[in-house]
Amino acid sequence: MTHETMNAPAAPREGVRLHPVTVKKVIWETDDTFTLQIDLGALGNTFNFLPGQFNMLYVFGLGEAAISISSDASQTGTLAHTIHRVGTVTSGLAQVKRGDVIGLRGPFGAGWPITAARGKDVCIVAGGIGLAPLRPVMYAMLRERTAFERIILLYGARSPLDILYRVELEEWAKEHNVEVLVTVDRGDSSWKGYIGVVTTLFSYIKLDARATVGYVCGPETMMKYTIDEMGRRGLAEDQIYLSMERNMKCAVGFCGHCQYGPEFICKDGPVFALPRIRHLLDRKEL
Amino acid sequence: MQTENLTDILRQHPFLAGLSEDHMQVLVGCASNVRFAEGAPLIHEGEIANKFYLVRAGRIALETDVNARGKIRIQTVGPGDVLGWSWLISPFRWHFNALAVADVRAVALDGECLRKKCEDDHDFGYEMLSRFSRVMERRLEATRVQLLDLYTTSPGARV
Repeated sequence: MTHETMNAPAAPREGVRLHPVTVKKVIWETDDTFTLQIDLGALGNTFNFLPGQFNMLYVFGLGEAAISISSDASQTGTLAHTIHRVGTVTSGLAQVKRGDVIGLRGPFGAGWPITAARGKDVCIVAGGIGLAPLRPVMYAMLRERTAFERIILLYGARSPLDILYRVELEEWAKEHNVEVLVTVDRGDSSWKGYIGVVTTLFSYIKLDARATVGYVCGPETMMKYTIDEMGRRGLAEDQIYLSMERNMKCAVGFCGHCQYGPEFICKDGPVFALPRIRHLLDRKEL
Repeated sequence: MQTENLTDILRQHPFLAGLSEDHMQVLVGCASNVRFAEGAPLIHEGEIANKFYLVRAGRIALETDVNARGKIRIQTVGPGDVLGWSWLISPFRWHFNALAVADVRAVALDGECLRKKCEDDHDFGYEMLSRFSRVMERRLEATRVQLLDLYTTSPGARV
């Protein structure tokens, strides 16, 4: 599949409009990561997104941050964003309460090409907050579970306390026949799961390389090692998709903040087929 | 009969993929089937390292004692993995504790027996060392990435 046939980005003219939306619920997933459930209000009937797309969330008086959508694309009227508190805006978002109004622009970017995985095995590899933009993929695939063969989710977190969506991970494994393997970088004696980097989990699954599509999202270094591991196991590069992350500002390809070689992460990505960006991954200046 | 079964088991383990029949027969003479129930120790830090394990099922955690912080789990190994290479390198002592965190089935290889066979047959010794070097290289690479603590912040999104 070429990038041209991947899910299309949103029209730029839509992207510049800021919509006030209401916070419906704040769920703290870990010590520093939370999910904002948003009531789209009047926007609800017209707002559609593709798994992998992101919104710009605006905290009045502080600024905007690009945040992946982490909810089910089939739900209308409501949205969820899972946010890692790392800077000024995300700390501002961490302060909002039920009923508060924030600004929203979006959705932006190209999503995961889910149709590319139909009839095949899917190997999803996520690291840390990278699971958030992949959660809508899981929802989409589980809605049509029989359209896909094996679904494998390899997830790496910093520690057992940093694991996102614990209940859902268990549910996906138990009720939807998803092979869920979770590993942490640091564990204590109460943790009986895997310890080690996410790529070590490949040792415990058997991939049918010719019939597997890979979706990868996480820190760039983790993604590089994951790509190498997928390559070792015979996955063709054009069967691997990555979600890239850069500091996005305008989100519509005007400002250049997220420029990545000839690509703009905000409008050409964030999801790319690996061959399109392979040559850029090792360039330090990007 | 038991030796035959053990040979079949060893042949299926990824660590020994492609090993010649002659070398397999050398190896099987030092091998035995073992099981460990959840919670059972396999290795004690500081003790003499006289074996290694080819893990077939279950999960083993490597731990070390950090006085002020108690026992820290560093890594786990599971089916298809190798546990232990201190038997190969002087002074032949374990550097970590290892315990089963899920019921374990494995093949134990007698280190002293193997060291002798490596000395007697340098081709076999080279084969073992090559395979262990690959395991060490992968573990070292994984440990380095683990040390980077990649999930603490997202470079693209410090906003």
